[in-house]
Amino acid sequence: MTYDSTRCDKTDRINRLKEALFAKMPEIESARAILITESYKQTEGQPMVIRRALAFKHILENIPIIIRDDELIVGSTTIAPRGCQTYPEFSYEWLEKEFDTVETREADKFHIERKTAEEIKEADKYWKGRTTSELALSYMAPETIKAMEHNMFTTGNYFYNGVGHVTVKYWEVLEKGYEGIMKDIAAELETVKPGDANYSTKSRLLQAMLISCQAVIDYANRYAVRAEEMAAKETNPIRAAELKQIARNCRRVPAKPATSFYEACQSFWFIQQLLQLESSGHSISPGRFDQYMYPYFKADIEKGAIKREFAQELIDCIWIKLNDLNKCRDGESAKGFAGYSLFQNLIVGGQNTEGLDATNDISFMCLDASIHVHLPMPSLSIRVWNGSPHELLIRAAEVTRTGVGLPAYYNDEVIIPSLMNRGVKMEEARNYGIIGCVEPQVQGKTWGWHDAAFFNMCRPVELVFSQGVDAGEQIGPKTKAVEEMTSFDEFYDAYKTQMNYFIELLVNSDNAIDQAHAERVPLPFLSTMIDDCVKRGKTPEQGGAIYNFTGPQGFGIANMADGLYAIKELVFKEKKFTLSELKRALTFNFGEDLEKNSIAQLAGKATISMANKGVVPDAKSVEATVQAVIASVTPEEKARYKEIRQMILEAPKFGNDDEEVDAFARDVAYTYTKPLLKYHNPRGGQFQAGLYPVSANVPLGAQTGATPDGRLAGTPVADGVSPSAGRDTHGPTAAANSVAKLDHGIASNGTLYNMKFHPTALSGDEGLNNFVSLIRSYFDQKGMHMQFNVVSKETLLDAQAHPEKYKGLVVRVAGYSALFTTLSKSLQDDIIKRTEMGF
Amino acid sequence: MDDLLKIKGRIFDIQRYSIHDGPGIRTIVFLKGCVMRCRWCCNPESQSYEIETMMVDGKPKTIGRDVTVEEVMKTVRRDSHYYWRSGGGLTLSGGESLCQPEFAYALLATAKAAGINTAMESMGCAKFEVIEKILPVLDTYLMDIKHTDPNKHKEFCGRDNILMLENARKIAESGMTKLVIRVPVIPTFNDSVEEIVSIAEFADKLKGVEKIHLLPYHRLGQDKYDGLNRSYPMGDILPPENDHMEMLKKAVENSTSLNCQIGG
Repeated sequence: MTYDSTRCDKTDRINRLKEALFAKMPEIESARAILITESYKQTEGQPMVIRRALAFKHILENIPIIIRDDELIVGSTTIAPRGCQTYPEFSYEWLEKEFDTVETREADKFHIERKTAEEIKEADKYWKGRTTSELALSYMAPETIKAMEHNMFTTGNYFYNGVGHVTVKYWEVLEKGYEGIMKDIAAELETVKPGDANYSTKSRLLQAMLISCQAVIDYANRYAVRAEEMAAKETNPIRAAELKQIARNCRRVPAKPATSFYEACQSFWFIQQLLQLESSGHSISPGRFDQYMYPYFKADIEKGAIKREFAQELIDCIWIKLNDLNKCRDGESAKGFAGYSLFQNLIVGGQNTEGLDATNDISFMCLDASIHVHLPMPSLSIRVWNGSPHELLIRAAEVTRTGVGLPAYYNDEVIIPSLMNRGVKMEEARNYGIIGCVEPQVQGKTWGWHDAAFFNMCRPVELVFSQGVDAGEQIGPKTKAVEEMTSFDEFYDAYKTQMNYFIELLVNSDNAIDQAHAERVPLPFLSTMIDDCVKRGKTPEQGGAIYNFTGPQGFGIANMADGLYAIKELVFKEKKFTLSELKRALTFNFGEDLEKNSIAQLAGKATISMANKGVVPDAKSVEATVQAVIASVTPEEKARYKEIRQMILEAPKFGNDDEEVDAFARDVAYTYTKPLLKYHNPRGGQFQAGLYPVSANVPLGAQTGATPDGRLAGTPVADGVSPSAGRDTHGPTAAANSVAKLDHGIASNGTLYNMKFHPTALSGDEGLNNFVSLIRSYFDQKGMHMQFNVVSKETLLDAQAHPEKYKGLVVRVAGYSALFTTLSKSLQDDIIKRTEMGF
Repeated sequence: MDDLLKIKGRIFDIQRYSIHDGPGIRTIVFLKGCVMRCRWCCNPESQSYEIETMMVDGKPKTIGRDVTVEEVMKTVRRDSHYYWRSGGGLTLSGGESLCQPEFAYALLATAKAAGINTAMESMGCAKFEVIEKILPVLDTYLMDIKHTDPNKHKEFCGRDNILMLENARKIAESGMTKLVIRVPVIPTFNDSVEEIVSIAEFADKLKGVEKIHLLPYHRLGQDKYDGLNRSYPMGDILPPENDHMEMLKKAVENSTSLNCQIGG
């Protein structure tokens, strides 16, 4: 395929749109909560899919609409820029508890008017006992709930929210319009016979789909009317003409097929916006935008109907709109997904279904749009394969060099076979896109449940030392006491036993939530754009999609690899200290000050021992015992614990291209990735592991005691497949070689490798070439994903000190970019600490 | 080849992912020992051939170790993927690599035989016979020329430059390696337009030379002098301003046909 890579300048309109978008703190609005509650109250007793469709219709008919100044692409979910609606059908209690703090909390602040808060509270009254989270909890095994209370893993993402994490058939809507899609649905409805076993569910779903599509068409027409009204009043003739064009666009799409690139852009936007209004799921990802938009661009260019500059401006406008959508999460989740991110992943380049390079003009224009707009959304990604044009990668490197943390680079040569290994056909695997952070998915055919959980691989090792007891409660298997272990294998086996046990509970938790979504929030609008929901007569939550997965992610591999290696070498081979010494060293945080986790563990022990002695433990006596235990640690003991930590820190570490440690890390990763594969979800799909933490390595690290790799209690655990921060000391090539030695193919839910470069490393043409070579070389060795922060440490430190000067500073967090100043202090510190490769 | 692998030499560091010393992504092997004592030297621990102790972050560190070519190559080969993709390879630096000519030759020859691109940073301060032997296995010669005036050279570096300028001509004439001229730009020594242009004009006359790098003086080596318990010979002299570097670059480009870049 040939392409034109000409650059177009950014227009002033984009600057103005961006400025308006960030003029105020994002705000929570109540319209959706009120409307959905009104509708639900009127539809009690009807089939759930119908109720969902009617609620969607009621919302779209009545939610306030707005066309913002200078907009060319319209459709806003809130009146306030970057505002958000609420989704009480999933969960609501957290928000009510946080009304007072949501504006002042550390991560992702939102403004809320007192009146709005009251309205939401009033609506929420209806939802008691009706949410997905309540139903999910009632489906879980008691030991699962206990494990979650003890922070062994968290499935909060879908427990509190919609699922999202999907790329729908945008191309089909562009081609047929919803009228065309409705025709297909109506034809299918004709084939449903009263005697069919699935008559009731299928017929009602198809009817719900028709209601939803019509609601979307009517919603677009509300914009057409509004644009016409505004045009009539507009005194500036240029703007008036723009508004008239907007009106024509909205009259036509998404009802009918797009006949121009501009209409295709507007049609795309309504799909993207309204999917997110239907449910609160995030990571609704545009996917291979360059592929499905290109035919419209090409046709217009060939006809002379559009100038490249205007097409670029439209793409830039979409980029702005992608940043207009927002979501308020609960305080804890906000820390794990920090940076207001909606993870709308959009990917360019790569191969087509025939295995040929698919780069086109739009691929370049998307990269340029991210330079022009310079905002976190879309989460721009690029597919790299052996046949990727060098020019495209150099252009991508130029985007990276701006410091926006985009694009993320993905390796076709690993991802395509890894999907095929999960039963995906080759042609479809070649057409993958990325969802959310790093999750590969066959577009338009998959319900992938990609962000299914955070599993902290450091927690089970704590339970090996305590024989399954956490904070005084037996929550895991009672494995052999470490004092009695005589070989490393015994220790490693105990770790695997703990891992396997909690992996099963994680599966239990995910499946309970999955089931609750299927029953309480089937999504008929989404179903119209996923194969094969229409034919099967099922929504994706009910198993309507062709490919079904559940992908919970593990992290802390580097900590576990380094820690287990230290035990193997220092305890069992060199006999520098014993396991019981290490156990005490961990209990007392290697002789450093004790933080809340360590104290909670001591308090748990005190409670048990008192109970065993027949004493009734009360808070005061427990506290006294804990203090006595802490006081009993002598200075000599503390010195010894520090010495033990020093020995551990000096042992070889993952991330330095050391064959032995790296091979070991590969094996440790299998303790998470392999056991998961045997489990299935209620939709009939397989579990598959991801190895990436979003930004949860910081808050979940705060819930983790000291670990055998010398990591102190409460500090962040390693992110993704990256080496522990600061432990890779041989430069980026050595670190990348180590990371490539993990088995990325088995982690088909995605792996994430963060690197940080000083801007000088990418300076000049040679800098760009070397940077691209580094990515290519990592990919030659079967690495899966790479992302970069290119910003100097000095800049970040200055931004911490003077946030007001750095409102627009975008950094890469983990699988997505975010505004640095909106992140919590601890996450900011973690980003600063990740090794900076410069030289 | 086996004989080459067993040759021993003395190095003080191996640095992977170097992107400023020769084409592409490279691994630099720093050989210990130098014939000169340039006042601005940023690697004072490289100067003496003897193994010595330097304080680093308050802790004593042994500088210098004896290694075989085989040992060095084990590390060098680890980044083969990156060399292949970027056109990079092995760079010898120092010290002055030519102080250990057999070791330097053995490293370069072994790398070359393994298909790894080779470069050497050197002042060319050795008999030409020594250099001549290395040229067939050297893809890029990054040659330092610090001044054209022998007296000033002697005053600041401890030796005059007659041999080195002569060697530069001979290396260029040989046509056996790509010769790149590098000039450390040192305030109070050679940072005037006349001095830099004089070097550039000399370089411009060398057969086949197309590129000249102006490397601005920096103070990053200062702590190492403290660590070696030596006084920093540059006192409080500050690095040249960016504007000044740009001005020098323009002057070079106006008076020669060379492609001039600031930094390596």
